[in-house]
Amino acid sequence: MSATPKTFLFTAESEALAKAAIAKYPEGRQRSAVMPLLDIAQRQSGGWLPMPAIEYVALYLDMPAIRVLEVASFYTMYNLKPVGRHHVQVCTNLPCWLRGSDNIAHACKHELGVDFGETTADGQFTLSEVECLGACVNAPMMQIGDDYYEDLDKESTVNILKELRAGGQPMTGSHGGRYTCEPMGGLTSLNHQDDLRAEKVAARAGAKTTGGDDWC
Amino acid sequence: MPKLTIDGREIEVDPGLTILQACEQIGIEIPRFCYHERLSIAGNCRMCLVALERSPKPVASCAMPVADGMVVHTNTPAVHKMRKGVMEFLLINHPLDCPICDQGGECDLQDQAMGYGLDHSRYKENKRAVEDKRMGPLIKTIMTRCIHCTRCVRFTTEVAGITDMGMLGRGEHAEITSYLEKAVDSELSGNVIDLCPVGALTSKPYAFVARSWELKKTESIDVMDAVGSNIRVDTRGAEVLRVLPRLNDEINEEWISDKTRFACDGLKRQRLDMPYVRKDGKLQPATWPQAFAAIRERIGGLAGAKIAAIAGDQADCEAMVALKALMTGLGSTNIDCRQDGAKLGRGFRAGYIFNSGIAGIENADALLIVGSNPRWEAAVLNARILKRSLMGPFPIGLIGEVKDLSYSYQHLGTDPAALKKLLSGRSDFAKVLKAAQRPMLIIGQGALTRPDGAAVLSLAREVAEKFGIHVPAKSWNGFNVLHTAAARVGGLDLGFLPGDGGRDVAGILEGAGNGEIEAVYLLGADEIDISRLGKAFVIYQGHHGDKGAHRADVILPGAAYTEKNATYVNTEGRVQQTRLAAFPPGDAREDWTIIRALSDVLGKSIACHDLGSVRGMLVEANANFMRPEETMQATWGAFGTEGELSDVPFHSPIDNFYMTDPISRNSETMAECTQAFVAPKQGKTGTHG
Repeated sequence: MSATPKTFLFTAESEALAKAAIAKYPEGRQRSAVMPLLDIAQRQSGGWLPMPAIEYVALYLDMPAIRVLEVASFYTMYNLKPVGRHHVQVCTNLPCWLRGSDNIAHACKHELGVDFGETTADGQFTLSEVECLGACVNAPMMQIGDDYYEDLDKESTVNILKELRAGGQPMTGSHGGRYTCEPMGGLTSLNHQDDLRAEKVAARAGAKTTGGDDWC
Repeated sequence: MPKLTIDGREIEVDPGLTILQACEQIGIEIPRFCYHERLSIAGNCRMCLVALERSPKPVASCAMPVADGMVVHTNTPAVHKMRKGVMEFLLINHPLDCPICDQGGECDLQDQAMGYGLDHSRYKENKRAVEDKRMGPLIKTIMTRCIHCTRCVRFTTEVAGITDMGMLGRGEHAEITSYLEKAVDSELSGNVIDLCPVGALTSKPYAFVARSWELKKTESIDVMDAVGSNIRVDTRGAEVLRVLPRLNDEINEEWISDKTRFACDGLKRQRLDMPYVRKDGKLQPATWPQAFAAIRERIGGLAGAKIAAIAGDQADCEAMVALKALMTGLGSTNIDCRQDGAKLGRGFRAGYIFNSGIAGIENADALLIVGSNPRWEAAVLNARILKRSLMGPFPIGLIGEVKDLSYSYQHLGTDPAALKKLLSGRSDFAKVLKAAQRPMLIIGQGALTRPDGAAVLSLAREVAEKFGIHVPAKSWNGFNVLHTAAARVGGLDLGFLPGDGGRDVAGILEGAGNGEIEAVYLLGADEIDISRLGKAFVIYQGHHGDKGAHRADVILPGAAYTEKNATYVNTEGRVQQTRLAAFPPGDAREDWTIIRALSDVLGKSIACHDLGSVRGMLVEANANFMRPEETMQATWGAFGTEGELSDVPFHSPIDNFYMTDPISRNSETMAECTQAFVAPKQGKTGTHG
């Protein structure tokens, strides 16, 4: 977990990403890139946005700092307080709750020894309760860093956290034994894609890390 | 033009209007909180919902443009129910503290809750509490009352031109704040108090002072600057409790500056409420006859050339015309209304007024500012320039001090040489002016009060003639003199200027210093160098015990602008009248009556007996006074005199926006503002001087 820095400057890589984001908008409309730039700044400063970073983005886009702060405070994906190395975000909205998100939340709290909104003493984990992350079909689920972990139960949740703590990379995506979000009981349509699917499933079994992003 | 039906009435309106505006045209009132006709549309309070046929959901009428064939219902049970629902949502978190809220009695939420509120709440949850924000010495915040209409955010951004305020967080956690809780550093910040539809932003100096229904409201004119903002003076008994803006699209729209609004507490302090006569070196209280006798004794036998009069920045036209008549009766031509020594007046009126009018700024397409800081000299007018620059491309060039004017401009130089260069046509901005259809020039007192003021004025006129700033054929005159004193244009119109062989202010001071002038009549003149009055016998007529009164040998207590029916001419040359809102304190009197009474004692009676006949004298002096509230095309001619130009940079006469006249100098609120906003910029601390 990083202490509040006094100043902020884009690194060369961040700068390149920022330039690319701004280039997507017409000349003079650089302010439209405020959200990607905040994201770049957040990644660079270890998962959160210190004030100097917000002011730097404001300066970078030639807009008032209050306007940037408005955006940063509106979206919960921007963290205005420091977070641990792994930001564990458990969805507790209705579909996840119906599928047992209470258990997941409890497992996280128990395993990490912190409540929602808190960070573990070693600075490894921050636990958050979040609104719907749009993966209801694989409920219950949580997001850690950029990855989704779906079809969770108490055991898989604890395992994921344990593996992260040990420095490993747990399998992302469904932990309920299915590939992406296809029906639990196997495919019922679009069977002609079976070859392609078999390939992907095999790749997943080998690499352990693939979500549903590259499918479709 | 789209035709639509509203509540069964078919109307045709201009395209681009919103449903709410169309409703207003036919007199249907739609409740609203966030919508304000002078601000951008936010559409976030949802109070203005109406039913639109063939639309599955109600629409927010403030944000929905009209279209041909729309059928709108504003007064059905369904619409009523929707608005009730919105009101219930707004009241979920709004505290029930109306009895201790300063907005009570003039609160939009309170009023509309009478129409759309439920008689009880269905919510048992705790209301949310929001921490109050610090917004400086003028704005008191009780943020729990905020309903997040964002009017204040839009106002500060779009009208005041500062981007300090914003709404942080979302939903339940949304809060209005200023960035890092800095004080809102704008000369127009007080207007957010009027804009706030609830009691979240209220006036700090007026906190817990009075209820709106206890106040007597008098429509009047402001004299803190030369803009002549239309105001409403709220009084209780003899006390002016607050000043609010009055609508006038030609002048101030519905904004007023913080000095106009908050300096009124200065009316209660250091007032002159009885005549004084200096005896044995000390000012002693006296009666009116004693004071007049003292004057007669001293100046009764003096030759006219040994007497002089100077009118101050807040002198009204009635008093000036009376004093001019008295001085003429005494045989003196040593009169001047230009305390600051501005090289204006005499001859062509177009040479000393704001010809295009303040509203005319919106028609201009290029602007050159010379020797002025409009943000401090005329804050409301500056908002008009910002408004114009937000409307579309509007190149602005500035010759003078570099200041934050709330809009961007091109700095062309600091001294007359830059203007000379512009005239030669060599600079880029000359091309901009040349290409513009209706270019405008604003010349401030910073350029005209200098020793070479007349030459600068002449140069500015040449620029105006060369670059089409004044084009008689197009009836466009963008040559604008920006005054800082409310009395100035009136004084110039009346010819309160040195007559044949008469002395101007500099001459009077010099004469007083070397004994050639033996008596000086100061009509509220405090901004001259009092120490140079030498041994002269000084009569001070005014309302505050300021610099002039301290030096005076006889003090005649006059009335402040809220205490008299008086005429002022603003920088546009618009004749306006203040109205008596409270009587002057103690023995103080309306100013022209004092001079009228003195003229009798001196045996030079002025031929006027009531306000009507004094105003007759005004019309005699200048026919413009016949038409109040109007502006007229002024005659153009060869004003200014060519001469040597110095290379001293232009410097605005106003160093502290918050303290420019006896009233604001005696205002505690203005002192706090100086401490909060001006002192830090000048590098002074709280213990400084």
